[in-house]
Amino acid sequence: MATKLETPKKRFHFFKSKAGNRVNRSTSGDLGVLIFLIFFAVIMALPLYYAIIQSLKPLNELYIFPPRLYVTDPTMDNYADLFRLMSNSWVPFSRYIFNTVMITVVGTFGHIILASMAAYPLAKYRFPGSTAFANIVRFSLMFNATVLTIPAYIIMAALGWIDTYFAVIIPAFGTSLGLYLMQNFMTDLPDALFDAAKIDGAKEGRIFWKIVMPNVKSGWLTLMIFSVQSLWNTNNGMYIYSEPLKTLPYAISQITSGGYARAGASSAAVVIMMLVPITVFIISQSNVLETMAKSGIKE
Amino acid sequence: MAEINKTAGRVPVQNTAWQNIVKYFKYKWTEIKKARAYYLFILPYGLIFTTFIVIPVVVSVVLSFTAFNMIQNPRWIFIDNYYQLFMVDDLFLTALKNTLVFSVITGPIGYLMCLGFAWLINEMPPKVRAVMTLLFYAPAISGNSFVIFTFLFSADEYGFLNSRLLNWGFITEAVPWLKAEQTIPACVIVVILWMSLGTGFLSLIAGLQSVDRQLYEAGAIDGIKNRWQELWYITLPSMKQHLMFAAVMTITSSFGMGSMITSLVGFPSPNYAAHTIVHHLEDYGNLRFEMGYASAIATMLFLLMVGCNQVIQKLLRKVGT
Repeated sequence: MATKLETPKKRFHFFKSKAGNRVNRSTSGDLGVLIFLIFFAVIMALPLYYAIIQSLKPLNELYIFPPRLYVTDPTMDNYADLFRLMSNSWVPFSRYIFNTVMITVVGTFGHIILASMAAYPLAKYRFPGSTAFANIVRFSLMFNATVLTIPAYIIMAALGWIDTYFAVIIPAFGTSLGLYLMQNFMTDLPDALFDAAKIDGAKEGRIFWKIVMPNVKSGWLTLMIFSVQSLWNTNNGMYIYSEPLKTLPYAISQITSGGYARAGASSAAVVIMMLVPITVFIISQSNVLETMAKSGIKE
Repeated sequence: MAEINKTAGRVPVQNTAWQNIVKYFKYKWTEIKKARAYYLFILPYGLIFTTFIVIPVVVSVVLSFTAFNMIQNPRWIFIDNYYQLFMVDDLFLTALKNTLVFSVITGPIGYLMCLGFAWLINEMPPKVRAVMTLLFYAPAISGNSFVIFTFLFSADEYGFLNSRLLNWGFITEAVPWLKAEQTIPACVIVVILWMSLGTGFLSLIAGLQSVDRQLYEAGAIDGIKNRWQELWYITLPSMKQHLMFAAVMTITSSFGMGSMITSLVGFPSPNYAAHTIVHHLEDYGNLRFEMGYASAIATMLFLLMVGCNQVIQKLLRKVGT
């Protein structure tokens, strides 16, 4: 019985994209979705908007009660205040910034590399202990961190890492989230991808670097957001005592906890601290979308 | 499995138990040797992970059978902590009840929100999609932005919500949203739901992008008519990993609610209306320094989450069938 393959009916598409129109989409549906999303986006974006508005309010407007969602007399004084306070600190402020930037960059980079390396064999091969290890990682996400502080501190002290950068950076390499996330993305990769490379005689290290990593770009770009977000905001008061080793969030919280007089600077600090995670977010997300629009994984 | 196939056609050789054990370990050892490269891949991460997460977890589970005040050495009391937890400590049961109520309501709804919004955003063209992703992820990225809710739920009649409800005549006097036992759970649930688009949401966004486009075209030829069918028969089955990941994230966040509730309603909350297991744990761990008891609470919380995880895993197997 030779049935003719029916090609799907051509439809008018409300959204045209370079990657070609998707099948099974109606215009009214697309419009409805857009309106629905805009409605919720407004609610979700409220805090972002509010934080920015607050940072532009002069002191007398900051203390109007109930707080207003708009600013009548916008000013940059809060930012000027914040930078003046920063330049007066005992340890040069650039040091705090350097600490946080270094912790964030090294920590994120190391975590992505190490977690991806470990995730690759766990996702693609079965060998003694592989499933057990993957499960341990997954379940470790569910253990509350409060009670881990004491044992972790003792281990840290035994290693002699108290009051060093190591105490912050090395544990960040081994957090559970990254491995679990990368493992999911790697499981999706088709096996044909590896077989071809193996026939060509490529070593595992090469396969990992040249084939696996480029193909899970959206995975590690997403992981980058999570990692940067958490490291950028680390306060790490527990392991670090020396002032020159302390981080930006700590320094900011010190200079903005001055009560009413510092409220303006503190609202500006909220926005300043958000800038880096948001920038990373935008860079990462635009690349996630770009790679996938241009090339799917071809078997 | 390979072992069984090899012997299938032959006369089975009767081995003694000891020989079987030796054979099994020899077989495992060759497997391990074959996977040498893979163990090397895992080694660096494995070392760090074991040192800073696995060992502390094991130590804290052991500590849950002791009385440990962080000054004197831990003293064995075996299951006394657990007995205390379920038989004596009323407050733990309150915390357990609150945690279950919060997570049973916010967990599934929050999860569906993650999935629903991620899917709808994915329907948009790239530019719109990028902007929408940022706006929806904003609550998670803007630090302790949820404090805005303390203004919305302000207790006096000038509060954002109160003043509007008074004007429109829904209520006759100001409701102390975050101060009264009756209204606290509802307010907390609203805020948790609003905060629920976090880690799981982003991973779903990325996961949706990695579904092979050819599948959709093939599906259209096979008779899939609209975006709903496409979602159920193609999209969801091809991203089961990500669905499970988002579920685990939802579990950890909804059972792990603590500091956010504290900044909304304070600690302890009025008549413990929003007292969760994490609050209870932090109370004993950070304030009373009864580490043994705190570890017992953490272990119970862990078991609760693992159980929930198993149930969800079973449910997710049904997707796409």
